[in-house]
Amino acid sequence: MYEVKYHKASSASDAANIISGSEDGKFLAGGQTLIPTMKAKLAAPSDLVDISQADGLAGISVDGSTVTIGAMTTHAEVAGNAALSACCSSITSLAGNIGDPAVRHKGTIGGSIANNDPAADYPAAMMALGATIITNNREIAAEAFFQGMFETALDDGEIITSIRFQAPEKAAYAKFPNPASRYAMVGVFAAKTSDGARVAVTGAGADGVYRQSEMEAALDGAWSADALADIHVSSDGLLSDIHGDAAYRANLVKVMAGRAVASV
Amino acid sequence: MSEGIGASVRRKEDKRFITGKGKYTDDIKQENQAYAAFVRSSHAHAIVKNIDASEAEAMDGVVAVLNGHQLTADGIGNIIAGWAITSKDGSAMNMGAWSALCTEKVRYVGDAIAIVIADTQEIARNAAETVMVEFDILPAVVSPEKTLESGSPQIHENAPNNQIYDWEIGDEAATDAGLASATHITEMEIVNNRLAPNPMEPRAAIAIYDDAEEHYTLYTTSQNPHVARLLLSAFYSVAPEHKLRVIAPDVGGGFGSKIYVYPEEIACLWASMKTGRSVKWTSDRSEAFLTDAHGRDHVTKAKMGFDANGKIVGFKVDTIANIGAYMSLFSSVTPTYLYATLLSGQYDMPAIHGNVRAVYTNTAPVDAYRGAGRPEATYLVERMMDTAALEMGVDPAELRRKNFIQSFPYQTQVIMNYDSGDFPGCMDKAQAAADIAGFAARKASSASRGKLRGIGYSSFIEACGIAPSAAVGSLGCGVGLWESAEVRVNPVGTIEILTGSHSHGQSHETTFAQLANDRFGVPIDSVQIVHGDTDKVQFGMGTYGSRSGPVGMNAIVKALDKVEAKVKKIAAHVLEASEDDIVIEAGEVKIAGTDKKMAWHEVGLAAYTAHNLPEGMEPGLKEGAFYDPINFSFPSATLICEVEVDPETGVTDIVQFTTADDFGVIINPMVVEGQVHGGLAQGIGQAMLENVVYDDSGQLLTGSYMDYAMPRADDLPSFTIEHNNVPSPSNPLGLKGCGEAGAIGAPPAVINAICNAIGNNNLSMPATPSKVWAALQEVSAQQAAE
Repeated sequence: MYEVKYHKASSASDAANIISGSEDGKFLAGGQTLIPTMKAKLAAPSDLVDISQADGLAGISVDGSTVTIGAMTTHAEVAGNAALSACCSSITSLAGNIGDPAVRHKGTIGGSIANNDPAADYPAAMMALGATIITNNREIAAEAFFQGMFETALDDGEIITSIRFQAPEKAAYAKFPNPASRYAMVGVFAAKTSDGARVAVTGAGADGVYRQSEMEAALDGAWSADALADIHVSSDGLLSDIHGDAAYRANLVKVMAGRAVASV
Repeated sequence: MSEGIGASVRRKEDKRFITGKGKYTDDIKQENQAYAAFVRSSHAHAIVKNIDASEAEAMDGVVAVLNGHQLTADGIGNIIAGWAITSKDGSAMNMGAWSALCTEKVRYVGDAIAIVIADTQEIARNAAETVMVEFDILPAVVSPEKTLESGSPQIHENAPNNQIYDWEIGDEAATDAGLASATHITEMEIVNNRLAPNPMEPRAAIAIYDDAEEHYTLYTTSQNPHVARLLLSAFYSVAPEHKLRVIAPDVGGGFGSKIYVYPEEIACLWASMKTGRSVKWTSDRSEAFLTDAHGRDHVTKAKMGFDANGKIVGFKVDTIANIGAYMSLFSSVTPTYLYATLLSGQYDMPAIHGNVRAVYTNTAPVDAYRGAGRPEATYLVERMMDTAALEMGVDPAELRRKNFIQSFPYQTQVIMNYDSGDFPGCMDKAQAAADIAGFAARKASSASRGKLRGIGYSSFIEACGIAPSAAVGSLGCGVGLWESAEVRVNPVGTIEILTGSHSHGQSHETTFAQLANDRFGVPIDSVQIVHGDTDKVQFGMGTYGSRSGPVGMNAIVKALDKVEAKVKKIAAHVLEASEDDIVIEAGEVKIAGTDKKMAWHEVGLAAYTAHNLPEGMEPGLKEGAFYDPINFSFPSATLICEVEVDPETGVTDIVQFTTADDFGVIINPMVVEGQVHGGLAQGIGQAMLENVVYDDSGQLLTGSYMDYAMPRADDLPSFTIEHNNVPSPSNPLGLKGCGEAGAIGAPPAVINAICNAIGNNNLSMPATPSKVWAALQEVSAQQAAE
C-alpha cells in the first residue's frame, strides 16, 4: 500500500469539505473493497476520508411500508434487523449471505452501492425494489444511479447518506456464487411491488446490474416460476470469463429467477 | 493409555499452533534486518535490454539494488534439476540456464530481474516499482502441445522446439502386439490440470551474513533444509557447507512447493553478503501464485486394449509434460520415474509402453506437488478403466477385479516391483462401506427430486519412500534417498530424537515420539523431536513423497535398535545377568521373570556417570543411524465417490465419499485419518475447483483467490475412511506412507462419478458447474438429434 492520509469525518458535510480539499481523495466506508484494492496497489488515493462513523449515516427505520437504511449500516446490521426482516426478509437474507462474517461486520450498504461492483448483491435489490438513493445533494432513482460496471451517477464529492424503498408485497433473492470468489456469478432479485413485478440481475450483465423486462411482464401475469418457463434468456450482452460463458450465465439467470420466485 | 504404535495420541505440537505460538520464518527478526523486494517480469517472454535502478537507489531507506549481472560476476551458479533424464535416442536432457536473477532474457511473468534491499518492506516494494526495465517483447507460448510445434517461440537456446527430453519406458513392440490382439481398445485424450500449491504460509527467507566468520545462516520455509544447504553450497556456490547453516523452523504446509531452492533464497543470501545486512523476504500471496512451482499439467493420449474376457492386453501412453519456463529440482523425474512407473496401476498388464516428452513453456516452473506423478498416472489409468467398462458394457468394479494383481511380489512392465497388497480386499471393504447394493434405490430417490446421481471408482497404487539409493542413482538421481536419525538418551532418561525428516503439518513431533514410547515405555512427553536445523541434525533428505514414515521413521528404528542393545548391555552388567535375559517394559529394564530391575532413568544415569560400565564400553547413550530402504513402499486403496448433480445448474454435490486404504502398519490412526482428509480435499479440489489459467500471452489469469478456487469446508462431504492394511515387507516398521494418498486417488473417483451421473464421459478437470452444465447440454443435443 502506498502512503495515504487518513481523515475521520464527523458528518457527511464534514466529509465533503475534507475531500474537496484533497488532491485525489476517496471516501472510506467499510473498506472491504477499497482497502484490499489499495493493498494490491491497484488504487492509490492521496487521502482517505472515513465516513463509517459519521453522524447520522447509520441505522435502519421502518415506518409503515417505508424502509430507510443509513448508508453506513453494515451488512450484519441489515441481516439482523428484526423490523426489516418482518417487512422485507429478502433484503435481510441477501445481506446475511454477503461475503463472510468479517466482511459483513465492516462492509456497508452505501459502500457496496457506491462501488457498483458488477457481481455485488445490493445493486440487484435496489433495482428490483425501486429504491431511491439519497445523497448529501439529491435523491436518485436506482435505475438512474447504476450506470454500468463500477459506474454510478455520483458526482465527485457526493456522498450516499441513505437508501429508501417501499417494502414489497413479496420478494426474494437467489444467488449463484462464483466457485472461487463466492461473489454472485448470477444473482436475481425478484420483487412484487406496488408498481408491479420487478426483476433485477447482477453478476451476469456486461454493463452491470440490469432489469429483466420479459420476466417482469410474465410475472405481472402470474407470480410463479412456471410463468417464466417459456422465456428465452439471450446470452447477448452477458459476461463470459474463465468461470462460465455467456450461455451458462443466461441459463443461470433463468434458473435463479425461477428459484427466487418459487421461494416466496 | 498406550502412547505406542497404533495409539491415536493427540498432537503434541498443537498447543503452540492453536495458541498462536508457532514460530515461522516471518516471525523471526534479526538485528540490523533489512527487507528484500523483487523486480519481476511483467512479460512472459522478452529480452531485457536495460535495467535503470537510479530512482530506486536514490530513495531514502534503500540500501541497494542488485541485478543478475552482478550475481553472475560473483560466481553464483545456475539453478538445476537434480535428476538427469536420458532421451530414448541416448541424448542427455536439454536443461536451459536458470539464473536466480535474469540477465539477458525473461521467460515467464514473475521471473526475477533484480533484488531491492531497503530498511522496511514498504520501502523495498515501492522502490522495486520504480526500477525501469526496458524489454524487447518476444512472442510467448503457454500450451504444452503448441510449444512443440515448429515456429513456436524458442525459450531456451539449447532446447530445440522447446523439448527437454523424449523419454520412454516399457516395451513398445510388445504393447503394439498386445493392442493388435485386442478385441476392444479404449482410446482417450486426458488433460491433467495445472494446480497452484497454496500452502497456508507463503515462502519466506532470512539471510544472515557474518563477515567476521564468513558464515551464512538462512532461515527458510523448507521441507528439506539439508538438501537446501547441499544445493546452495555444492551447486549454487553461495557458501561452502561448513559455512552455511540452514534452519527451517515451523513451516505452514509445503505440498512439494517448499522442496526446492528458489531464486529468492539464493538472492537473499548473496545480497546479505553484498550489503552486510540481514535480509528478509516474505512472499505475498500474489507472488506465491506467480512463482511457487505449480503442479501437474499433462496432456496425454492413451490406448488400453482388452481381450474378449476383459483382461488388459496392452497399454500405450503418450504424454506431454509442461515443465514451465525453467527446470525446477524434481521437474525431470516427476513426469518420468514418478509417473510412468505407476502406469500398471493395480492391474496385471502384460505389456505397457509410456512415452513422455517434457517441454518448456512461458509459464511458472512446474514441479512435484502432493503426489507428484502418481496422481497423473492414477487419473489416467482409472479414467481409462471406467471408460473401458462403459464402452464394453461391464460393471467398472468387476472390470477392475478381473484385472487386479493377486499375488506378490509382482514385477510390473514398468520397473516397479510391488511387494504387497490386497486389492480385492480394499475393493470389498470400500463397496461394503459405500453400500453399493443400495445405490440403485438412492439414484431413484435422487431422480424423484430432479437430481442425477452417479458413482465413480478409483483403485490406485502408488510408490512412496523413493529408494533404494543405488537404484535411483542408476536412473539418474543426483543424491541418495536414505534418511538419518540420532537418538540421545539423556542422563535423566529423557530422550531427544534428531531426524532428517521435516514436519510442516505431518505431526512428526507426536508420531516419532510414539516410536520411543513403543520401544522403551517412556511417556511421549519426555521425548523431544529435533528437526529442521543443519547445525543440530546430523543430516537428512527431508520430507516429500510420503517418505517420513517409510524412510524417516525406519531410520529412527535403526537408531533405537542400537540404543536398546547398549541399554541391555549396561543393565546386564549392573544386574549381573545375561544380556539375553534383559527385557525393557513400561519404562523399566529388568531381568525377565525376576523382580531384579533398573528404572529407565537409572540406565541413562549409569551410561553417563560411567562408574560401572562393562569392560571397554564407551560412556554415554547416544546412537545414530542411516537407513536406506530396499524398495519403495506401495500404499494402495479403492475410493468410491457418489455424487448428486443438479441438472439445471450443473452443481455437483458429493453426497458420499468412501476410501478403503492399505497403508501397512499405522503409527497414529488419528493422524493418518487427518492426512487422508487433507489429501482428499486437495484431490477433490483438483477434480472440481482448482485450475491455473494463463492467457495466450502468458499472463496469469488466476492470480488470486478471486479466480483460483480453493476447496472450502462446505465443498467437501464427511469422509468414510476404512482400512485394509497389509504391512509392508520391505521395511522394519511395515509402513507404507499416507501423506499423498487422498490427493492421488480422489480425482478419477470424482470425475468418474460425475460422468456416470450425467451420462457424458466427455468431461475434464476441474468439473466446475459451468462445465458439467455444458456437458449436460451435449447430452440433450445428442438426444434431440436422435
